[in-house]
Amino acid sequence: MSRLAVPKTYKLYIGGAFPRSESGRTYEVLAADGSFLANAALASRKDARDAVVAARAAVSGWSGATAYNRGQVLYRIAELLEGRRAQFVAEIEEAEGVTRAVASAQVGEAIDRWVWYAGWADKFAQVAGNANPVAGPYFNISVPEPTGVVAIVVPQDSSLLGFVSAVAPALVAGNAVVAVASERFPLSAISLAEVLATSDVPKGVVNVLTGSPAEIAPWLASHADVNALDLVGAGALDWISLEVDAADTLKRVLRPESGPDAAAPALGRIAAFTETKTVWHTKSLR
Amino acid sequence: MSGTSLVSARERAIAVLGGEPDDATLRRYLHGIAGVDAVGLEQRAAGLGTRSIKTSSKKWALDRIIELIDLTTLEGADTPGKVRSLVAKAVNPDPSDASTPRVAAVCVYGDMVPFAVDALGAAHGDPDDGLISVAAVATAFPSGRASLDIKLADTAEAVAAGADEIDMVIDRGAFLAGRYGLVFDQIAAVKAACARPDGTSASLKVILETGELVTYDNVRRASWLSILAGGDFIKTSTGKVAPAATLPVTLLMLEVVRDWHLATGQRIGVKPAGGIRSSKDAIKYLVTVAETVGEDWLQPHLFRFGASSLLNDVLLQRQKIATGHYSGADYVTID
Amino acid sequence: MSFLDYAPAPESRAILSLRDSYGLFIDGEFVDGRGEPFQTISPATEERIAMIANANPADVDAAVAAARRAYDRTWSKMSGRDRGKYLFRIARLVQERARELAVAESLDNGKPIKESRDVDVPLVAAWFFYYAGWADKLDHAGLGANPRSLGVAAQVIPWNFPLLMLAWKIAPALAAGNTVVLKPAETTPLTALIFAEILQQAELPAGVVNIITGAGDTGAALVSHEGVDKVAFTGSTGVGRAIAKQVAGTDKKVTLELGGKAANIVFDDAPIDQAVEGIVNGIFFNQGHVCCAGSRLLVQENIHDEVVERLKLRLSTLRLGDPLDKNTDIGAINSKEQLERIRTLSDIGEAEGAERWTAPCEIPENGFWFAPTIFTGVQTSSRIARDEIFGPVLSVLTFRTPAEAIAKANNTPYGLSAGIWTDKGSRILAVADQLRAGVIWANTFNRFDPASPFGGYKESGYGREGGRHGLGAYLAPAPIGQSSTSHAAISGRASTAAVEADASAPAKRSRTAKPARTLKNATKGSKR
Repeated sequence: MSRLAVPKTYKLYIGGAFPRSESGRTYEVLAADGSFLANAALASRKDARDAVVAARAAVSGWSGATAYNRGQVLYRIAELLEGRRAQFVAEIEEAEGVTRAVASAQVGEAIDRWVWYAGWADKFAQVAGNANPVAGPYFNISVPEPTGVVAIVVPQDSSLLGFVSAVAPALVAGNAVVAVASERFPLSAISLAEVLATSDVPKGVVNVLTGSPAEIAPWLASHADVNALDLVGAGALDWISLEVDAADTLKRVLRPESGPDAAAPALGRIAAFTETKTVWHTKSLR
Repeated sequence: MSGTSLVSARERAIAVLGGEPDDATLRRYLHGIAGVDAVGLEQRAAGLGTRSIKTSSKKWALDRIIELIDLTTLEGADTPGKVRSLVAKAVNPDPSDASTPRVAAVCVYGDMVPFAVDALGAAHGDPDDGLISVAAVATAFPSGRASLDIKLADTAEAVAAGADEIDMVIDRGAFLAGRYGLVFDQIAAVKAACARPDGTSASLKVILETGELVTYDNVRRASWLSILAGGDFIKTSTGKVAPAATLPVTLLMLEVVRDWHLATGQRIGVKPAGGIRSSKDAIKYLVTVAETVGEDWLQPHLFRFGASSLLNDVLLQRQKIATGHYSGADYVTID
Repeated sequence: MSFLDYAPAPESRAILSLRDSYGLFIDGEFVDGRGEPFQTISPATEERIAMIANANPADVDAAVAAARRAYDRTWSKMSGRDRGKYLFRIARLVQERARELAVAESLDNGKPIKESRDVDVPLVAAWFFYYAGWADKLDHAGLGANPRSLGVAAQVIPWNFPLLMLAWKIAPALAAGNTVVLKPAETTPLTALIFAEILQQAELPAGVVNIITGAGDTGAALVSHEGVDKVAFTGSTGVGRAIAKQVAGTDKKVTLELGGKAANIVFDDAPIDQAVEGIVNGIFFNQGHVCCAGSRLLVQENIHDEVVERLKLRLSTLRLGDPLDKNTDIGAINSKEQLERIRTLSDIGEAEGAERWTAPCEIPENGFWFAPTIFTGVQTSSRIARDEIFGPVLSVLTFRTPAEAIAKANNTPYGLSAGIWTDKGSRILAVADQLRAGVIWANTFNRFDPASPFGGYKESGYGREGGRHGLGAYLAPAPIGQSSTSHAAISGRASTAAVEADASAPAKRSRTAKPARTLKNATKGSKR
């Protein structure tokens, strides 16, 4: 006798809570075979605004945590994800219509990327920063610091791996993120948000919007309180306009990438969302 | 010239400190004064050193340097003859040019004071009146390592012999050990020993020996301490310890003097001593005085150079200006 | 006469042998410009110094073409060791002709000779020495092994440090293997053109550096030129913003060094005399024509009066006048337009209720001058506390706690620099951590060094100049497969318009084809 399943309601993830879109809108998420999977929230510009507010509020705490702590928190995500592997594999199989092996590989790689980036948290500054031998009686050091709030249009052609590949590196240095999930495969992003919510990631550090990137991204690109814009998954959008909008407040912009190498693990993805700060101080024995 | 009265100095110190000048009170006060950033201080001094002085200003400056010199001999080998020779040079620095001004003072060891007074004769007096003072180093100069009684006797004897100015050394050991009360008391006692029977007093220059205090924070604190205890002048060095006077140290002491003047209205003198050998260097000090405390300070009772070889370099420069060509060492006298 | 009235000590102009007119420096030769020539004047006297050629779009084409040829045929094929040797040569020639360059700079720009002589020109030489040594060590620039140059760099520089900004731009670009088209500011082209003569003396291959003169439209034509791979701009945030828009969607890599409104924070335990010097140096250095100037003094409330009093005393000793006089502390404002802007904003400050104090000094009859000015009682909302004035005008605000100081310091769209003055080490480090600015000077201000990265947060721009970071701005990681350490490179494979990363790898990147502008809105609001 088969049991009647209890389906999940997929909502947004903003400031550590799971609200519905303030607009009340949803859209149908279909499986690869065209069958109905869920109604995902269709985020509005006001949801984007709320997400930026939540992210901004989270920046000082997250960037102020020790690098060791951030590394542990990111590693904890990998641990929790590992424990819920089966759920994600099933979700991906269904949504993307891929084999279990392919879905499993995607989840495995996603977990491994969390681990890779987690390890960078307390090392990146050593590689990207340096002491500067200036010609004078000064102590002089350059260190990378998080740029602040990063808005990301994640890769659109995967459920989990693209999301993780884009979001994880932005978190390493201490940024807070507003991520626009894959429009077609949004469910794993929300499931991941549930993992984040029960992990040690402080609320507001990651915010997830589902819906239409084309509708939401312009609001994020032009938002004055967003410091950087990652267009890695915006290749199908009018991303040049987004870059133009971002220029109004001189945001740091990463341009679209495509293919299997999109958002591949790289130090550059961490560096892209940091600012080099150079501190001088006089030195003397007298 | 005469120094400030002793009683008022102590009362004023108590008023400024808000208590008796003991170790604890002085420590609280001196350590509450803003610190010094060495790099910034040295950069400011270097900046002042790049001022360029030309023509008429330079001529004025050279004459003024002479008028501010304490022409000094402080050797174990000093003799009455050497002192007489020094005095002759002080009175008439350049025999070839009668327009050359006289120096402010001759500075000698205490036992040489009678010879200096004798040699000066009618030229002995207040440099503000164009005459020449006799300054004596005292208090077991240069180390200061002697009992207080001996330091006071040293002082009193020099004053009795006719010294107008006493250049005392502080007890650097006591200062570095934080015994500020002791240093204060010794300065005050020496100041008392500067008194003459007629109620006047010799002017007291307090030598900090900045080369042994090492840090600028120490120099600043010792400057305040010396002024609080009644010093009429603060002086950088004995000339026996390297480094002696430097431009940054002198700038720092001038800043203290400026702040004291702003706070109390009283003007204290500053004397960089040792290591200033060229006119070019001396002009940097004049610029530093003018830009820190104002040109008013360029008077014998407020600023002095403790120097010996500086005078001849200034004379060479004067000759260059007068004749239009460079002079040579054989055209100035060697004392 | 007062001793302080130092006799005038003007640096001799005899050292200069200027031409009556200067052409554009393209492909190793001076050539006529096709635009209407303009004059460059001394802002201290308003006298004409020389006529300057004006590059029109055809000239820009020619310069970019020359740079491309030099890149393809010569510079990109030359060993790093030899590129370095050329840069060392240039550094030496700058030292040899240092006094001449300093005099020319002060004449054309209006800055005091003691600054051009003791700061600008020595740093120019230092910049070339520093990057010369990098030319054969690019594997260690932080981009992994075998990083590649970008191609032709378009560089547009401002008038506040004409020759120094040229060095900041050209030295790293050449060390990394790029060729250059540089446009100096319209009001200060002189030293760049003398520098072109130095390049001839150094026998730098023709076309490796091209210097074209002109106004804003020349710069715009250069920046937007299709043959350009890298854009480096120093100047106003407004123009920087326009450039960022212009290059959107292109493969050009961009470095922007823009405006600032730096807070200089003075705590009550600061080394007070040095802090006063630092405040003076922070805002009155180079007449305040400094993007990183400490134009907002944030002073702890309990020492406000004392600091302001000391500041006024100190400012009263500043000497304003002939830039070529060695005793001048404050020179001329660079242009009439800039003077108008400073006047306008100062008048607004007064109208908004701030108290204005002006240092007592005589203003020369001719030329453009503005006496050092302090505004007290300034509110955070005042225009003079928010707008970059770019002149010798200091706005004084107060704070009570470290947290308030940090909040006020960060309360600006800019983020270029900041100063901290306190004797307490732990406070310095903690405050420095929380200031959102690219350069923090603690117990000092306005220090520059080729080894030290410089550049801003937020609307002060992106990218860094100076140090290893400044080199990275002119490099891209090796194409995939050509570097042994594929994701060890700091700039990795991420492409960015902003950071020292691989934003401009022409046609060597896995990226979606550039969508045409006509695609605009095609995807807006679409649902699957």
